[in-house]
Amino acid sequence: MLSYIVSRLLQSLVLLLLVSIIGFAVLNLAPGGPLSQYALTPGMTQETMDRIAHQMGLDRPLPIQYLDWIWRLLQGDWGKSYRDQLPVLQIISSHLFATLLLMGTSMVISIAVGTWIGVRGATKRYSIFDYTATVGAMVALSIPTFWFGLVAIYVFALRLKWLPAGNMYTVGDGSFMDYATHLILPSLVLALVDIAVWSRYMRTATLDVINQDFVRTARAKGLSERAVLMTHVLRNALIPMITLAGLQLPTILGGALVTETVFTWPGMGRLFLDSLGYHDYPVVMGLLMFSAILVLVGSLIADILVAFVDPRVRLG
Amino acid sequence: MSSVTIPSPATASEETHWWKSRTLRRFMRHRLAVIGVAMITILVLSCVFGPYLLPYDELFIDLRARFAPPLTGYHIFGTDPLGRDIAARLFNAGRISLLVGFFAMLMSTALGTLIGIIAGYRGGLTGAILMRIVDAFLSFPSIFLLLALAAFIKPSPFMITVIIALTSWMEVARIVNAEIRSIRERDFVLAARSLGYRNSTIMLKELLPNAIGPIIVAGTLTVARAILLEAYVSFLGYGIQPPLPSWGNMLNGAQQYLDRAPWLAIVPGVAITLAVTSFNFIGDGLRDALDARSDLE
Repeated sequence: MLSYIVSRLLQSLVLLLLVSIIGFAVLNLAPGGPLSQYALTPGMTQETMDRIAHQMGLDRPLPIQYLDWIWRLLQGDWGKSYRDQLPVLQIISSHLFATLLLMGTSMVISIAVGTWIGVRGATKRYSIFDYTATVGAMVALSIPTFWFGLVAIYVFALRLKWLPAGNMYTVGDGSFMDYATHLILPSLVLALVDIAVWSRYMRTATLDVINQDFVRTARAKGLSERAVLMTHVLRNALIPMITLAGLQLPTILGGALVTETVFTWPGMGRLFLDSLGYHDYPVVMGLLMFSAILVLVGSLIADILVAFVDPRVRLG
Repeated sequence: MSSVTIPSPATASEETHWWKSRTLRRFMRHRLAVIGVAMITILVLSCVFGPYLLPYDELFIDLRARFAPPLTGYHIFGTDPLGRDIAARLFNAGRISLLVGFFAMLMSTALGTLIGIIAGYRGGLTGAILMRIVDAFLSFPSIFLLLALAAFIKPSPFMITVIIALTSWMEVARIVNAEIRSIRERDFVLAARSLGYRNSTIMLKELLPNAIGPIIVAGTLTVARAILLEAYVSFLGYGIQPPLPSWGNMLNGAQQYLDRAPWLAIVPGVAITLAVTSFNFIGDGLRDALDARSDLE
């Protein structure tokens, strides 16, 4: 087990290294590179630019600059926002809660609904339910998340007036119910794609398990169909789903960005877009790196969890 | 025709015909895929010819006809906040969005195939490094990467296509890599190698044709993905720039008029969903049709 975790950890570190190289390359693609902010200042001369470049160490060879950048990143120095001079890491962490709340709720919804649809589709294979779920999942994967959000706002907030059209809470309220009502629409919108993916994989995983010998044995013992399904089938079918949950993280995070924009949700996605609008590159870069690290850590946790539940993984 | 026929060279061509029609028959049996082909045909035809049939230009501004709801006079889909005809904009936008989707697919499939084939054939350290790069790209939420790149470059339809391709080649690379790995030790590859063929010849002439099925399927699904990604970046204001219309940027201003003019949001959104759904259906049908094993089930 320990050797599995160590080797998996090393893999993640290699990936992190590659991710940081891609991130650094993107940073240097910016027009004028990291200096672009100063280039816009009126009355800026080439001489002053060169001096600033020298002060920031931008006249050194790229590999040295990269090592310097990554060293400061590791020490928690992610630079300062151009906009309000606050440390990037501090700004990101102040927006982290909102995004995690949205993503967490949406994941719980999609896992619950997706599991139900998938298992039902597998046990009633080729039924009308199964067919509808298959087609529905493909359509759901094709609907642009932001557009679905707009339609949801139009129907449930503007026409029916059941739910608020945006924001995380009402100013001056902020009770639990207030948060909850604000959370419903965006988390459902974000969950749509994930429900589709989850139910498809769950159907396949259930079909894989349902015909195996131990399920037949359980039935032969005289267990009720429900008991067979809950304790024998579901438990085994859910194992590959842990890996899937890890793999889906980048999609959910990307979806959160769009959903937050439509619902003016004060999370990392909105921060990313606002920073893009202000050409606040340190924050943009910080968020890009932060989201990749979040994804890497997520899939690492998923893989370790799988190894804990499934001995085949750590021994094979 | 007599009942007894002598086998002639025609039999060979008949045989390929028969094989072809079997794939085709499998595809035609996939009802959703056929619907997808029909919908794409209609969409493409209306985007190509639609603008010539409409009485309005997509850039014609008529401030007296602002916010006309659908079916007002000749405005079948209504008008936007500047009084421009939405139908005319929708068809012209479709040309851009579909072209961006198609060319992004070509670029990303070419790039993904190249990386996948080299990684799969070389294996070893080269293969491992290449596939870890694929993993690293997959660690970024593609919309974040896409937006960061789009904000740094000068947005033009060509550059948008390039950066969409740059963020969506990884799936193809993975699929091709797996496919090549499974066949690279087969006898015909060894035979080609012992005949002294160059590596590039083996990769292009021997290995690539064997992986073409999965590549076509992945390519079709990539069109769907690229159309969606274009819609996302353009909706957020970093993709195709007005006055050039695209399905994504038509939705850009729709949210603020959602209450007053919901058709501004509904019409382009339906077009995007139809196009993307169709390509996903077609991809699914091709997967069944190109997989010879699907007949056995």
